[in-house]
Amino acid sequence: MAENEEKAKAQNRCPDNSAFKQQRLPAWSPSLTAETVLPFFYLLGIACVLLGVLLQITMQNTQEIKVDYTNAESCDMCFETRKYKVNASRECHCSITFSLKERLEGDVFFYYGLVNFHQNLRRYMDSRDDAQLLGRIKKLKNPSVYCGPNFQYANGTPIAPCGAIANSMFNDSFALFFHPLVDRPLRVPLFRKGIAWYTDKNIKFHNPYVPNESLPQVFQATAKPLYWQKPVYELDPNDSTNNGFINEDLIVWMREAAFPNFKKLYGILDRQSSKMFEQGLPAGNYSVSISYNFPVQYFRGRKQVVLSTVSWFGGQNHFLPIAYLVTGCVTVLVAVVLTVVYIKFGKKGLKMED
Amino acid sequence: MARESGEAGALKSCEVRKRTKRKSKKESKSRIVCSNVAYERARGAEEPHKHYANNKIKTTKYTLLSFLPKNLFEQFHRFANVYFVFIALLNFVPVVNAFQPVLALAPVIFILSVTAIKDLWEDYRRHRSDKEINHMDCLVYCKSQRRYVEKYWKQVCVGDFVRLRCNEILPADVLLLSSSDPDGLCHIETATLDGESNLKQRQVVRRFLDLDCEFDPTKYDSVIECERPNNDLGRFRGYIIHRNGKRDGLNKENLLLRGCTIRNTEEAVGIVIYAGHETKSMLNNNGPRYKRSKLERQMNIDVFWCVIILLVMCLFSAIGHGLWVFQYGETRPVFDVLGPEGTDLSPALSAVYLFLTMIIVFQVLIPISLFVSIEIVKICQVYIIHQDVELYDEETDSHLQCRALNITEDLGQMQYIFSDKTGTLTENKMVFRRCAVVGIEYSHDANARRLAMYQELDSEEEDCLSQGGTLPRRDSASSHQSARVVLRSQSTKSHRRTGSRAEAKRASILSKHTAFSSPMEKDVTPDPQLLDKVNDCASQMEFMRLHAQPLTQLPSELSDIIDFFVALAICNTVVVSSPDQPRQKVRMRFELKSPVKTIEDFIKRFTPSRLTSGSNSSSSSSLATRSSAPRAGSSLLSSPSAEGTLLKLEEENSPGPLEGSFRAVPAHSVSEEAELRYEAESPDEAALVYAARAYKCALVGRLPDQVTVELPHLGKLTFELLHTLGFDSTRKRMSVVVRHPLTDEITVYTKGADSVIMDLLRPPTSDDTKGKRQRKTLYKTQNYLNLYAANGLRTLCIAKKVLSKEDYAAWLKSHLAGETAIQGREELLFESALRLETDLQLLGATGIEDRLQDGVPEAIASLRKAGLQIWVLTGDKQETAINIAYACKLLDPEEEIITLNADSQEACAVLLEESLHYIRSKFLCDAPEQASRALQDDPSSLPVLVHRLGLVIDGRTLAYALDSSLEDRFLAVARSCRSVLCCRSTPLQKSMVVKLVRNKLKVMTLAIGDGANDVSMIQVADVGVGISGQEGMQAVMASDFALPRFQYLQKLLLVHGHWCYSRLANMILYFFYKNAMFVALIFWYQFYCGFSGSAMIDQWFLIFFNLMFSAFPQLITGTLDKDVSAETLQDRPQLYMSGQNSEEYKPYMFWMNMIDAFYQSLVCFFIPYFAYSDSDADLFSWGTPITSLALLTILLHLGIETKTWTWLNWASIAFSVALFLAIALFYNASCPSCYPPSNPYWTIQRQLANPLFYLLCLITPVAALLPRYFYRACQGTLFPGPVQVGRQLDRLPPEARRSASGQTKVTGGHHFAPRPPLYHIPGFFCNHGAEGYKKREAPTDSAREGAGLSAGITAGGGWGPDAPRGGLPPEVDTLLHSQGEASDGRLYANAAVGPSGFSLADRATPPPPFTQHECVPLTPSATCVQRAPGGEGLGLPPSTATRPEGGAVTSTADSLETTLL
Repeated sequence: MAENEEKAKAQNRCPDNSAFKQQRLPAWSPSLTAETVLPFFYLLGIACVLLGVLLQITMQNTQEIKVDYTNAESCDMCFETRKYKVNASRECHCSITFSLKERLEGDVFFYYGLVNFHQNLRRYMDSRDDAQLLGRIKKLKNPSVYCGPNFQYANGTPIAPCGAIANSMFNDSFALFFHPLVDRPLRVPLFRKGIAWYTDKNIKFHNPYVPNESLPQVFQATAKPLYWQKPVYELDPNDSTNNGFINEDLIVWMREAAFPNFKKLYGILDRQSSKMFEQGLPAGNYSVSISYNFPVQYFRGRKQVVLSTVSWFGGQNHFLPIAYLVTGCVTVLVAVVLTVVYIKFGKKGLKMED
Repeated sequence: MARESGEAGALKSCEVRKRTKRKSKKESKSRIVCSNVAYERARGAEEPHKHYANNKIKTTKYTLLSFLPKNLFEQFHRFANVYFVFIALLNFVPVVNAFQPVLALAPVIFILSVTAIKDLWEDYRRHRSDKEINHMDCLVYCKSQRRYVEKYWKQVCVGDFVRLRCNEILPADVLLLSSSDPDGLCHIETATLDGESNLKQRQVVRRFLDLDCEFDPTKYDSVIECERPNNDLGRFRGYIIHRNGKRDGLNKENLLLRGCTIRNTEEAVGIVIYAGHETKSMLNNNGPRYKRSKLERQMNIDVFWCVIILLVMCLFSAIGHGLWVFQYGETRPVFDVLGPEGTDLSPALSAVYLFLTMIIVFQVLIPISLFVSIEIVKICQVYIIHQDVELYDEETDSHLQCRALNITEDLGQMQYIFSDKTGTLTENKMVFRRCAVVGIEYSHDANARRLAMYQELDSEEEDCLSQGGTLPRRDSASSHQSARVVLRSQSTKSHRRTGSRAEAKRASILSKHTAFSSPMEKDVTPDPQLLDKVNDCASQMEFMRLHAQPLTQLPSELSDIIDFFVALAICNTVVVSSPDQPRQKVRMRFELKSPVKTIEDFIKRFTPSRLTSGSNSSSSSSLATRSSAPRAGSSLLSSPSAEGTLLKLEEENSPGPLEGSFRAVPAHSVSEEAELRYEAESPDEAALVYAARAYKCALVGRLPDQVTVELPHLGKLTFELLHTLGFDSTRKRMSVVVRHPLTDEITVYTKGADSVIMDLLRPPTSDDTKGKRQRKTLYKTQNYLNLYAANGLRTLCIAKKVLSKEDYAAWLKSHLAGETAIQGREELLFESALRLETDLQLLGATGIEDRLQDGVPEAIASLRKAGLQIWVLTGDKQETAINIAYACKLLDPEEEIITLNADSQEACAVLLEESLHYIRSKFLCDAPEQASRALQDDPSSLPVLVHRLGLVIDGRTLAYALDSSLEDRFLAVARSCRSVLCCRSTPLQKSMVVKLVRNKLKVMTLAIGDGANDVSMIQVADVGVGISGQEGMQAVMASDFALPRFQYLQKLLLVHGHWCYSRLANMILYFFYKNAMFVALIFWYQFYCGFSGSAMIDQWFLIFFNLMFSAFPQLITGTLDKDVSAETLQDRPQLYMSGQNSEEYKPYMFWMNMIDAFYQSLVCFFIPYFAYSDSDADLFSWGTPITSLALLTILLHLGIETKTWTWLNWASIAFSVALFLAIALFYNASCPSCYPPSNPYWTIQRQLANPLFYLLCLITPVAALLPRYFYRACQGTLFPGPVQVGRQLDRLPPEARRSASGQTKVTGGHHFAPRPPLYHIPGFFCNHGAEGYKKREAPTDSAREGAGLSAGITAGGGWGPDAPRGGLPPEVDTLLHSQGEASDGRLYANAAVGPSGFSLADRATPPPPFTQHECVPLTPSATCVQRAPGGEGLGLPPSTATRPEGGAVTSTADSLETTLL
């Protein structure tokens, strides 16, 4: 007993013999050789190929129609008109036609597309004031410096909404018409609301609220952005609840696209209101009448109208199935190479080990 | 100045000097201390020692106020920190800012604060320990109360009187003024200072010694003048000026140092000389050292490359942006935002702005957290090394200490080891083996048998346990349980292996604090023949004394024997203590007061009357008659039968002048008998004293003025100790001057290295029988000395000299002059010692064995297999060193040895040239021109072949060889030898050798040593290792790592060094990869956003990615990953070479990683790009998946690189992903407008609901990591490096593994073959000091034995057994080597011995029919191993290097053989 104590005392500096301190934690040490990774490669390759095939099949069910209207058909004239800034206030309407060979099944989304429009420039993206768009009265009159030179006019009137993004808002408007073979053109009903993110509409964007004041009164001390034709509270003449900062076209525009070529949602086919469009858009001829306002000449841009259906993993996407298929095939190929390596060189090792 | 003031009142001078001091504080070279008590009385309020530090210590760096500025200032010394702060501040410039400025500060602040918190914590700990120390109590004399009162340490001032009691710790450096010890002695233990556990004697200042009454501080009025505070523990000079103007010299014997413990002394009083920070111990206290490791140096180069890549990327973006802006011409598009002034920015200006912005955006490329991560990982590594149970030494209760925290990975890259011998390779536990007295050798066979028994005991235990221990070998796939079994079995193994040591330990605990006293050293079995003679002699002497015959009639042989043992017993500084009362001094008072210190003293003591009429004075003859009868009876008690000779002693309080020396042991003390303990400054002293005790010539007491020795029959004899001339390394000897109690002659006993003693002997004058006999004795003793040395024993010569009174008086005069001199005192004393130690009479020689430490041969063998060059630098003589080298397998009997002994610069040059020539002609395996050029010219230019050669060089030749004209040639010779042995080298030479090798060969060097003489070498080397052994702590204090035993170096280097290196190297590479891969993602995006510097990765993710999301797994891997298991690393030391050659982190690997990083980032960018390109995704809806999948890819990449997965790895990866998700979810949900400019509100939430997100997260990492995974798999199968093979070995089932390692042992190694520890050279002795070119041949088989010796065997003949087999493949040849070795290989033939010439017999003979097999097969399959200077020569794994066609593509186990065997 005494001896034990003495011993314990003597070895008081002896380190613990615990697994962690002695670096003997139970561990899995995989070895990376041909034979050990082979099953993994095969499994992975086959899984990728299968997934790719599945995605490809899904993809086949989605369709997309893209019509460039920059200077097509009657829009050519409007294109010329918009070349000059002096004509900025002149209205210009045109229409383009296209035909669907097959019916667009299910939900149909109506997008406008812009080509070569850099919404992703750093300083452009910074040029907005989220607090103003959130409806803060203080920020309404006194926008953030992030809006850069676009936060107020030379005379000091604050701009609402301020910043380059809002200023450059896309302001063409569209009406889609179906041309049945026998009947007169039928306007395709589109939901113009519900196109923005729910959180944007309800949380990120609010109209400034002052008790007992209507929207125009609230915005009275502010001015519309430089390039705008209408003030922000008159953006949607048809729906008074869709005006101000909560206008969904504005919200959609304010979500900056990732690439210079992008599309933004304009409307969703309203399948309830008409029997004809219950299953989607039927095949046939269509026309889009456009209020042509947005100039694209300055940046060599193009404008498009896009109609698309979606699958369970988003809009039409040709790339993803191909990526899966290619990766899967390459993996299988690699696995085959490894098998050859294993058979030629690896087996000997096994023998030796025995 | 001091002299003048001597006459004036001492007190006044004190004041005067005080003022001058104040005026010229810096110039003044001395410090003046006078009593605070006296001063107060004389002068009033003003503080006399105002400018001396008080005893309050403050080791903290910061105060509360100064912490922030000071710490920041220190941190900004690191360039990286300045850079990061610059970037963060750049963010505050509006035109270039990329992130929210405050956010951009976050990483910098984080890094700075982590370091600051670390510093603060350390400083707090220092503060706490300071406080504790400052508040310790001590007794200080209080002038108002006129007594000693308790005060805190911090209140002690210079000039205070402190009273110290037994076992108290000294609060400051104190000048000893009074001691309760009647001799004015005070014993202190300096273990905390220098680690030496023996007691040291300190003496009261001389004049205060004579005080009759107790020391009274109020009466003290002397002034002390001494040197300014310095850090030399072994020096103190000054003098004390008394009121009457007389001066006394002060030396280190009078000073008690702070931190020491008072022992053996009831009470002591002293005056504080140095306090607080000015004490010697505090001045010696310098903190841990900081070195920069090789890996970090290499890393810094790559950081520099990163900076260049960063600048290139920024420049590219800036130009791109300029062009992009330019293409729009005058009319800017709506999305081009105007400049701050509302005007368009010109393309050039926007490019410049953008360049700065890009630096901010891409800052992640410069790994801000890399430095912090490395520091954290290193601290963890140090902790883990500390915790290794296998590096813990039970005996000394110490484990490895890492004193330098930041060079752990250097341990894995060592190429050269420079080792001390004594105490490093050997135990420094001296065991008396044999002796020769007056030319007759006493072989002490029984003693040898006893020692062999100790050894067997140890090894037997080891054997049976290692058998048992290997059975439950760990299988990597086995369950926890089996692992635990191994653990247990190993722990018992390690415990029981040290069983005998543990016992010794227990014994030493019982007798606390005893230095150097294992039973092995203490119990010397006497040689019966010699013992008989001693008994004979003693009884004759007794008889003569009884019959009042003069002792000179004793046969000279017998008297020499007695003298021999008396010299062994007293010619030392051993302190005797008895274990009953710890540290209680054993005392035999004798009436004489002190050593002769003055002329008057001498005259008084040596008046003719006293000298002639010895009978009525203290002379022994009268005493002897009185005490002999009872004494004889008592000495029977301790007859030879009583093993372990227990000595009886008593403590006498007031011994009478006469009874003291020769009193019989009272009956009652028999029951209290106890063993005496000897505390020696060096272990050989103790060994000799124990040896003398075995012959009943026991040292029983030592006082400053006398030593008492107990002799058989004669009882206790007290020698009056007149002088002790201590040992120093220049003289290499020590002497004591005593008055012999029996003959009353003044006798000098000298003990020292044989080389010096032999030169000092009185030459045999006449040709008569006596002279002849003398010559014969001399000759014989020299032969025995050579034999001892050849057997690896440490040799000492014992001599004596009888001085006539006149001679003594003459010498004494000069000696006293020296002793009292103030200027050049050391030199004068040295000269006086030289004068005394001449014309000696040889008594005999001793051979002490310094046993090899456990496991040294094994450790050396495996370190050598690991490709380390081991050089031994020792101060020992050549023969001893060579034999120890053989014993520890540093030299191999099979290999040739080139011995360089030259006595002039020219001779040395010629020797080196000859050796080069010889090596060149003999060992040219391939590419002869190349090799010869390498040998001749620049030592670091070309690969050099390491041959089966040993090089032995002695100190003198080394001095020539280290000359700048010869050093290149010396290196060329030395580096082509497998082992190098430098004997008789001084500490300075040791460090010069290390420096030379380090600087010229550009290799990583490690120096290991245990003593003060190794300090300089330890400091010079890249890594210094101290052995915390017997010789104090100086080496440890200077070292980066301190080990308890040499053996542990093997595990430290081969396992921990390898791990630390590979972990850190992989972590650094991974870091570079990770940052490059992440930043490249943003770079690719610039092509899609007009090079405008926008990032799809949110600023938060960008900034915290390194710090948080990807930080933990790599820290875990960097700390815990094991590429190969510890067992395999030790089984296969060859694996260490990967570190030596920097194989884990070569420059090209950085670029490979960069390329991989760019490939992976391309995949991670473009798969999501194409997946989203045609959609309505906004920037962050697209950027968030990229961030997530980049994180996944990076983590999985780490997964591929991780070699062992413990639950910690899994947990850390899971934690990283979870942390990312948690923070992303929280951040994206917390506030819709808080983080301008970006606003990713609810993005991740929507993405998590999107199947596309998961589809991307699945495919992208697979595609990104496919090449690397494929490459690794192919590498593992097709061309595994040694490390991979080692890993595969880990996976083998235990049996297969054992058989594999068994094979290695058969082929690779005779290293493991059991072999006797020492090699005898039958009948052959080197001429001592013979110069010339000696060359040792490899041993031949026994048939050659006879011829070899006589014929001075030619080199060609020496190769006889091997020559016919020259045509055999090299693999076979290795086997032959080991077989040849099995036959008795103990014979060395001396090829050419000429006292002065360089007759190269073997050079003259034509080179033997030589084939490749003479090169050292570092890897047996390799015929020759090429060594490149920059560590690149061994770069290729041997399998590919040596088997270009057949071996290039081998299977696992096949290559396993070729690579590892």
